[in-house]
Amino acid sequence: MLEGDPLSRILFIDLARRSHWVETRPELFEEALGGAGIGIRLLEEECPQGADPLGPENPIIFSVGPLVGLFPVASKTVAMFKSPHNGELGESHAGGRSAVAIRMAGYGAIVIRGASTKPVYLVIEGDKVRFRDASALWGMRSGYTAGTVLRRREKGSGMRTIMRIGRAGEQQVSYACVITETYRHFGRLGLGAVFGSKQLKAIVISGKRNLPVSDRKAYRDAYDAIFQAATESELMKKYHQLGTPMNVLPLNTMGALPTRNLQSARFEGAEEISGERLAADYLGRRVACTHCPVACIHLAALRIPYPHDPYFYKTLMLGYDHELIYATGSMLGLTDVPGMLRLLDEIEIQGLDAMSTGVVLAWATEAMQRGLVTMAETAGLPLAFGDADAYIEAARRIVLQPTEFYRALARGVEYASSVYGGADFALAFGGNEMPGYHTGPACHLGYLTGARHSHLDSAGYGLDQGAVKKGEPLAPEKVAEALIAEERWRQVLASLVVCFFARGVYDPETVRKALAIAGMEWTRADLEDLGRKTLRRKYAFKGREGFDLEKVRIPARIMQTPSPAGPFDEKFLREAIRRYGELV
Amino acid sequence: MDDPRTWCGKGRVVAKRLSVVDVDRCVGCQACMFACVRRLGQGGLRGSRIRVASAGGMRKGFVVIVCRACPDPPCAHVCPEDALVRREGGGVRLKSERCIGCGNCVRACPFGAIEWDDEQEKPLICVYCGYCAEYCPYEVIELEEIGPSKDDAAEAGITLGDPRFRGDDGK
Repeated sequence: MLEGDPLSRILFIDLARRSHWVETRPELFEEALGGAGIGIRLLEEECPQGADPLGPENPIIFSVGPLVGLFPVASKTVAMFKSPHNGELGESHAGGRSAVAIRMAGYGAIVIRGASTKPVYLVIEGDKVRFRDASALWGMRSGYTAGTVLRRREKGSGMRTIMRIGRAGEQQVSYACVITETYRHFGRLGLGAVFGSKQLKAIVISGKRNLPVSDRKAYRDAYDAIFQAATESELMKKYHQLGTPMNVLPLNTMGALPTRNLQSARFEGAEEISGERLAADYLGRRVACTHCPVACIHLAALRIPYPHDPYFYKTLMLGYDHELIYATGSMLGLTDVPGMLRLLDEIEIQGLDAMSTGVVLAWATEAMQRGLVTMAETAGLPLAFGDADAYIEAARRIVLQPTEFYRALARGVEYASSVYGGADFALAFGGNEMPGYHTGPACHLGYLTGARHSHLDSAGYGLDQGAVKKGEPLAPEKVAEALIAEERWRQVLASLVVCFFARGVYDPETVRKALAIAGMEWTRADLEDLGRKTLRRKYAFKGREGFDLEKVRIPARIMQTPSPAGPFDEKFLREAIRRYGELV
Repeated sequence: MDDPRTWCGKGRVVAKRLSVVDVDRCVGCQACMFACVRRLGQGGLRGSRIRVASAGGMRKGFVVIVCRACPDPPCAHVCPEDALVRREGGGVRLKSERCIGCGNCVRACPFGAIEWDDEQEKPLICVYCGYCAEYCPYEVIELEEIGPSKDDAAEAGITLGDPRFRGDDGK
């Protein structure tokens, strides 16, 4: 690390004592770079075994990496905590302005300890940390409004991140998210509920500084190569244009688009909710994370008339991507795009994770169809695939929790199905609701084995699609080996906090050169070793908190609904899981 | 690019300035801001002469704030030490050794385009080099040549409507 680089400074904040201090830990960053590598090490230090995820003993750790502020697309912040959703490793990544703001404030990581006794928001401006009363913001109906208030009240426009929770976080819905810059989320595994449990409404972070480089000319050359690859090459074209929703139609054509709680993998309404259709009829603006020229964030403009006021309209600007279209579109049988976007708006207003919410509502609908729950449980709300208004109301009730049933839904499908039955079609993996791919066994194995139980862990859908293309059947051991190789390399990217969308740009040699500019000499072998070790540490944490890969629940539905890569059974999945376990 | 001026026409100085061509194409990536700092060989954002901020939340898009090289710059009017020297064609150059750090210029700019260097206690003045524009992937900003001033134009026989004429196009 170069002299004057503030990366190794860790800001500690104690919400109970309202105190803060900085510790400098260069050895930590030299060993593990930043992001996920640092995050898991700090989580081991900070989170006591068996901690209550919603207790003051659960820490929140944000970490960034050496390339942030130096190179494009190093734009993510990694959050680590113990998850209130599945009770083990909580890890979620978000972009927006968060990573650059933390780095410019002069930190490589921020650790938040304890809980406040009354609602509070934090303002971090470089070295200054302020604890501000958030009583008046607590309980506001819309998460958007809280963002507007903070934007007006605090300084640093253009240079700050404003992370905040909605009512879902305040009510500790186990899959509540943290929203940053309106359109980016620490979406998965319930960081919003951890904020809520600490009565932490928001964090505003800003700062300005320069970062040293080892060689000015080499810096500009390396920068130009990465910038050019990110903007001009084919590698990132799909994210530029239609964005990830370009996947909707191809997935549907191959029979891999989870539909109506995965009762089918083809959706007759796919055309209506496709990336092409959304771009043609609704795309209103594109937005980027700080220092990312790609601008993958697609916003739909939806003009809504007021039913009783002629000539009165509002226009919503809503982010959409493949996972959102899957979770609130095909999974809920919605072909009505305005209805789907209004549901997304409600999910944003409440501050829920859209993916988990969609899967929860899909499960509840099927449970109702099968008579496992009735209008008594739903408090008179009939849930039916395709009915957007019912889903909008249900999303509100998940947060308000008027009945026992909604309290169960607020804990996800794993829990709700343990109470009401229907586990066979409760689509969660390691307690986390399913992402939008049903390509074959490898995608599900990715969700089952991934440390975050996310589609981003190891991209198993790529293996399924590869097998279909080549016409070769998948073998459990080979799938496990390919998944772990991918997941290990992604630990490196997540430690650098390079966006996974840029994984084609940041190959090992590019990473090595970029790190050298930041004064860190790493070989390819060092990087691979970090990937291996980081994944192993995550698994050690998961095991410590009770996760057992051998016992992970496999919902029967995924084996019943045909997938493009052909039929697979539990034996196949278990063999692959066993092999993965050996390799970790 | 060290000398932002080029010579053209009848030996007249034609300056360059940054022009915000279409702010509605701005995605808020701030690649321009990083470029401004990187030009001097550093990473980070401190010292950037160009600024991108949301226009009141990301839902509303962005604003790009950069010196527009006024033909009659208000920042120069209020400088008590003549540290901001008018540039022919428009805009100013900072004579750093004359600057006493009063900050009048910052307050005088109606666009808020002058950032303050907290360490040096001096204004950060755009040098109209155009390095930032090279990194704008969406053609939001560009380096544009500006014609002679109105009086100079009249003298040289350049009339309104000539693209070299420095008109008030509102950009």
